[in-house]
This record gives sequence, structure tokens and C-alpha cells, in this order.
Amino acid sequence: MIDELRQKARELLETGEVDLVIGYGEGSDPTRTMPVFIRRPEDCEKLVWNKYCYNNLTSYLTWPELKTRGKRAVVCKGCDAKAVVVLSKERQIDRKNVIVIGMACEGVGEPLLSKCEFCDVRTPKNCDIVIGPEITPLSKEKQFEDVEQLEARDPADRWEFWREQFSRCIKCYACRQACPLCYCTQCIVERNQPQWVPTSAHPRGNLAWNVMRAMHLAGRCIGCGECERVCPSNIPLMLANKKLAQVVKEQFGYESGYDIDEPLPMASFMPDDSDELFK
Amino acid sequence: MAEKEWTPKIVAFVCNWCTYAGADLAGTSRLKYDVNIRPIKLPCTGRIDPLFIVKAFEQGADGVLVSGCHPGDCHYTSGNYHARRRWIVFSELLRFLGIHEDRVQFAWVSAAEGAKWADLVNEVVAKVRELGPFTAYRELDSAEVVS
Repeated sequence: MIDELRQKARELLETGEVDLVIGYGEGSDPTRTMPVFIRRPEDCEKLVWNKYCYNNLTSYLTWPELKTRGKRAVVCKGCDAKAVVVLSKERQIDRKNVIVIGMACEGVGEPLLSKCEFCDVRTPKNCDIVIGPEITPLSKEKQFEDVEQLEARDPADRWEFWREQFSRCIKCYACRQACPLCYCTQCIVERNQPQWVPTSAHPRGNLAWNVMRAMHLAGRCIGCGECERVCPSNIPLMLANKKLAQVVKEQFGYESGYDIDEPLPMASFMPDDSDELFK
Repeated sequence: MAEKEWTPKIVAFVCNWCTYAGADLAGTSRLKYDVNIRPIKLPCTGRIDPLFIVKAFEQGADGVLVSGCHPGDCHYTSGNYHARRRWIVFSELLRFLGIHEDRVQFAWVSAAEGAKWADLVNEVVAKVRELGPFTAYRELDSAEVVS
């Protein structure tokens, strides 16, 4: 697969179809990879593909400094490719200017990341080029099991759980930086007139930040799990993201990152949405 | 000095066109209702960011009420429909975090429903009074920073 990937990347650059290839390169040790940005065909040898290709490289598609680099190709796992769908639906990228190279993937990490256990896009969808064999998708039936487990505990317990988790937040915003869908050039936490979210890493402001982060990804999060993976405090951010994905799925019948034509759930409505909540 | 007896502090985010006018009607109709509510008028329920609610709790509210025009009656045609989706999701998130669902309550009150507004406020206040002060949130203030 590596040879095929390098070959394809080289072709794309040689023919001038793209000006930049964003892919995985060798990291500082064999269990790491890091993003590489390739502009010369001869550099395509730097590309690697293995089970340590964690990063969701689609985050770079919205970087202003890369947007001016012309047409870009990006190497994606199936989960990452879902972000491209959302980014193009939200008009953050011009899909015509991006070539998505999807890599057939049986999961990353050792042990396997938990998202990979319920992966139904092991053969990536919505890609321009797919490299690798067709792999049978896994069942998503139990994808919300961890959410349900937490939900089964009583409210005071849940509050205590989250209070403890969020109290460890150091407000580094790595979750935001890694997220392909957190692309606002000015994030609300950087607004200081008024100061919406307190800046210090204090439990009160941490709750505000984490609630807001999850809320802003409601109906958008594609479940790549990068926020949680990069969190230096190991806060289970995906639990909150998955909870909202579950609500959106149940209430509005929408799953993010699959259908390019379906309207965005939080930017649309149905007159017959549930009215149960309202008195 | 003896400590004052606790009464719930409730922030109500209401829309300009229906609920605020409804509350006005309750006033001009001389209806009596609980005084624990602090209404904040916004153009539309669609203007109410979930952060407003978080902010209200940060500032010491014990409960929040969100109210606007009935579905189909929005002054801006669809603001409340958008808001409804937002609240469905947001209320679930708060519940998931362990916040009682009665801490944030939602309603539709039209400009003609002064009586409904009065009843609603009484009901919201009663429910929050039952829950007691939102100490769990306030304790975050005094929490030590774990590093």
C-alpha cells in the first residue's frame, strides 16, 4: 500500500494536479508518525502508512497558510474522510481543490483505538482515490455503550465524574487545535469583550469551555477522536461528543460525515421536531 | 446579622416579541406571581446562545428559564425552530453532565398568554426551590485547582 500511495502522490505532483500533498511521515520513533507536507515529487518517498497514522490530517485543510498553496491532496483514513464531507458542506473548503486519498484501514493504535472497534468506514467513503483492499465494515451497534454506561449512573455521580475530569483541564486548547471542525479564526474563548469563558484553568471556566466545545460540535463531530487523543490530561472528551451524536441521531436522524447532500442538523429544522421539552 | 433565608434566583431569557409581551400582559393584568425571576429580553430565542445559560449559572443563578414564541409564530419566521433543535441537544448535554433537568426549563409563551406566564414562573420557581440552591455549581468557584 505504501508503494501505491507514494506512486499516486508522485503522479499527482508530477502532473501538476495538486501543488501539495499532506500525508504521514516518519516520526521520532517507530511508534509515531508526523504530518509531512510535500511539494516535490521526489519527496514522496517520505510518505509512510502504518498503524501509527493517528492524526486527522484534514485539520490542515482549513489552515490559511495552506489554503494559498493551491490544490491540495490529503491522505485520509475512513474516519478522517468524514471530516472532508463536513468541511465541504460547511463551505470551508472547495471540494474541487482537494484530492482526498483514502487509505483502507483496519484500525490504528496498539492496542486499537476504541473508535476503530465500531468503524464502518474501513474502506473510506467520499474519496477521490482509494488505496488498498475492500475491508468489511464493523458493526456500530455498540458504539454508544460507554455513553450508556455513564448515563446509567445517577446524576450526582455523573456531576462528580465530570467535575473531576474537567478539573484536570489545563486549557491548552489542544482539543481545539487537533479538531478538523474547530476552524473558527477567532474562537469564542479568545473573545474578551466580553470575556465569555474565563481564561484561567479553574474548574468553573473549565466547565464552560468543555460544555461549549462539545456544544459547538453537536451534529458535526465525525468521531475521529483526535481531541481526546491529544488531551494531555486524558479527559474523555469523546464521551460528551458521542452523547451529542447520539441525541442528534435519535432526534433528527442524522449522522455526521456520511451524506454530502443532507442538510446540517443544527443549521436546519423540521416543523415537527420534538416539542416534549417545552411547556 | 442573621443569614437571609435562601430564595431561588432564576434568570429568564425571553424573546422580545412573545414572551416579554406576555410577561408585560401579566403585569398590566395585575397578576401576582413569584418575584424570583429576572427576565432578560432578547430579540428571539434563536439569539440565545447556550453560553448565556452557562454564564447565568456562573453568576450565581439557581435556575434558568428560556421562553419564546410558539413554533410557527416566530417574528423572524424560524428563529424558534432553530432554537428548539439547539435546546433539545443542549438540555441533553446538561443532563449528561449531571445537571438536573429542572435547572434549565423551556417554554413557549405568546403575547396573549399573560396568565400562562404567571403560572409558568410559579411552577419554575417551585421546582427550583425544591432542588435547592445550585451549590454544586457554586462549589466550582471555591474548588482548588488540581494540576
